[in-house]
Amino acid sequence: MSSVYDQPSKNYLNEKITVSSWLLTLDHKRIAILYLVSLLAFFLIGGLAALVFRLELMTPDANLLRSETYNKFFTTHGIVMIFFFLIPSIPAVLGNFLVPVMIGARDFAFPKINLASWYVFMAGGVLALVATIAGGVETGWTFYTPYSTMYANSNVILAVCGAFIAGFSSIMTALNFIVTIHKMRAPGLTWFRLPLFIWAMYATALVILLGTPVVAITLVMIFVERAFGFGIFDPALGGDPVLFQHLFWFYSHPAVYIMILPAMGVVSEVISCFSRRRLYGYKVIAFSSLAIAVIGFFVWGHHMFVSSQSTFAAMTFSFLTFFVAVPTALKMLNWIMTLYKGSVRLTSPMLYAFGFLGLFVIGGLTGLFLSTLATDIHLHDTYFVVAHFHYVMVGGGVMGFLAGIHFWWPKMTGKKYPEAIAVFAAIVIFIGFNLTFFPQFQLGVHGMPRRYHVYPDEFQILHIASSTGAMVLGFGYLIMAAYLIWSLIKGPPAGKNPWEARGLEWETDSPPPTHNFHEQPVVRHPVYAYEYASETSDEPDLSEKPHG
Amino acid sequence: MDHPVVSVKTYVSIFIALMVLTGLTVYVAFLDFGHGLLNDLVAMTIATTKALLVLVIFMHLKYSARLLWLIAGSSVVWLIVMIGLTLADYRSRDWLESQMHRAVPWVAHPEAPAAP
Repeated sequence: MSSVYDQPSKNYLNEKITVSSWLLTLDHKRIAILYLVSLLAFFLIGGLAALVFRLELMTPDANLLRSETYNKFFTTHGIVMIFFFLIPSIPAVLGNFLVPVMIGARDFAFPKINLASWYVFMAGGVLALVATIAGGVETGWTFYTPYSTMYANSNVILAVCGAFIAGFSSIMTALNFIVTIHKMRAPGLTWFRLPLFIWAMYATALVILLGTPVVAITLVMIFVERAFGFGIFDPALGGDPVLFQHLFWFYSHPAVYIMILPAMGVVSEVISCFSRRRLYGYKVIAFSSLAIAVIGFFVWGHHMFVSSQSTFAAMTFSFLTFFVAVPTALKMLNWIMTLYKGSVRLTSPMLYAFGFLGLFVIGGLTGLFLSTLATDIHLHDTYFVVAHFHYVMVGGGVMGFLAGIHFWWPKMTGKKYPEAIAVFAAIVIFIGFNLTFFPQFQLGVHGMPRRYHVYPDEFQILHIASSTGAMVLGFGYLIMAAYLIWSLIKGPPAGKNPWEARGLEWETDSPPPTHNFHEQPVVRHPVYAYEYASETSDEPDLSEKPHG
Repeated sequence: MDHPVVSVKTYVSIFIALMVLTGLTVYVAFLDFGHGLLNDLVAMTIATTKALLVLVIFMHLKYSARLLWLIAGSSVVWLIVMIGLTLADYRSRDWLESQMHRAVPWVAHPEAPAAP
């Protein structure tokens, strides 16, 4: 690692430091930082809501929250975490920062749309928060009809509008990704030389572009039914409540892949770098991302096995759901094969990537229990489901996000963070996560339904374990916040390439200049060329052994 | 990218065509073709024609690269997937029930007359 390094005097962070230069910036890197700060604020709100209801769940009786308030807390947690943290997390922060740099471009194809996407996102987020402060929503993040259209309070309309508006921000980001990746790659950067993070972002953008309009229209339908009494989902008006579930899950199941595919992209980069090897089965990983994006749209009915969906449709969806596990398993195999005989370094990003591998496997395999019709009848709407999707979305999505933040932090800020403390925090977070969610599998199997806060005494011990885990998890996040803030203020300069990684982003300064590169980079090597000294040099790196 | 020059005449004639088709939709809604499905089919055909006119002329798909055709086409495929699989549920809901009704009529059918 480079020991003595001066930060470049002019970079995207210090080029101009007025408030307006940040709020009106068209620089994709600054927009990524705007997203990062706002997403972390939403993460804090969603996390605190979870801590409150986990505290309530430590006793079998309603000691802390009334039933309605409890519903409002878990709804806030769900809406904020899904729509305002997980879905935009990696694309809007790491994708925004890295896509142009990784492909050797100066910026996105549409920088103004990029900035607009942040404002639209914030408008949606503020509306959702107003709904929470104005009295809260108790429908759960899924806004299921007929509860959301006929019975729940009017804040539903505000929250629905918030999610609807935030959807447009995703669409804008996705549009920028697709056009930029198609049109603005550096000379020599062919499709099969693209880093797998870019492939993952491309697949994610396709899912966003094809799915988000559907959920937007569905949310408008809720609004129209509530506000004007149009009969769409209300049986009394000739509508059908299950139609809402069809339309909602047509987007919201692929939304899981919006969270997971980018994390898979991050993990590919991290594993390749810290194994010092080209990824095993590059094309398989690239195409499996596209396969997941496509097949992910054919499985939504598995959320509706017990919602009066026809048995034949349920059988079809069950089969298709098993099918989506195939490309995911292929990726897993390729990551493990990359590690095999690699020079593995257990840095903090790598630990988070390992966390992703282990936790996502548990999340994925428990998904198979739920896609099996017979077992789903028992497990549906129990804590087993809650544990399953947290293993997927937190164990997969958040672990990937943290791996990425740690991996590219030196590039984004130009500063190093204390590695030993980061490793400690990663271990605390891993333990805290498992302590929180593993007992929930058991709770679910024994019949504890989700979304209830009063429960039989025999479940208490597992609930206490889970709530304790939530606090350990929160403590882990606090440690991380502390050392990252310390790094911003006092961290030593990182240098261009502190991890000795390959890829165009490591060829430019840390932090990069406003237009990313001092001169147009030209790509001469295959991707992950760890046998060469650097991405653009023609010299083989004699200090490293070439790997097949 | 070069923007094609489309004459005002073309835009106006497409606009008039869209208006006429809208009027036609309203008109056929009052006709009875004998079978409900036929009415739907006629209405959907007119709607599809209108959508195609908008896509191809107003949205310049006719003058665009094949890649944009692919993207527009894929959104149509996705629409078919969404509507198709949703209808697969609605159309097959009573299959199992009617089968069971044939086997054990007094158990499966909710509206079956009570046994004497």
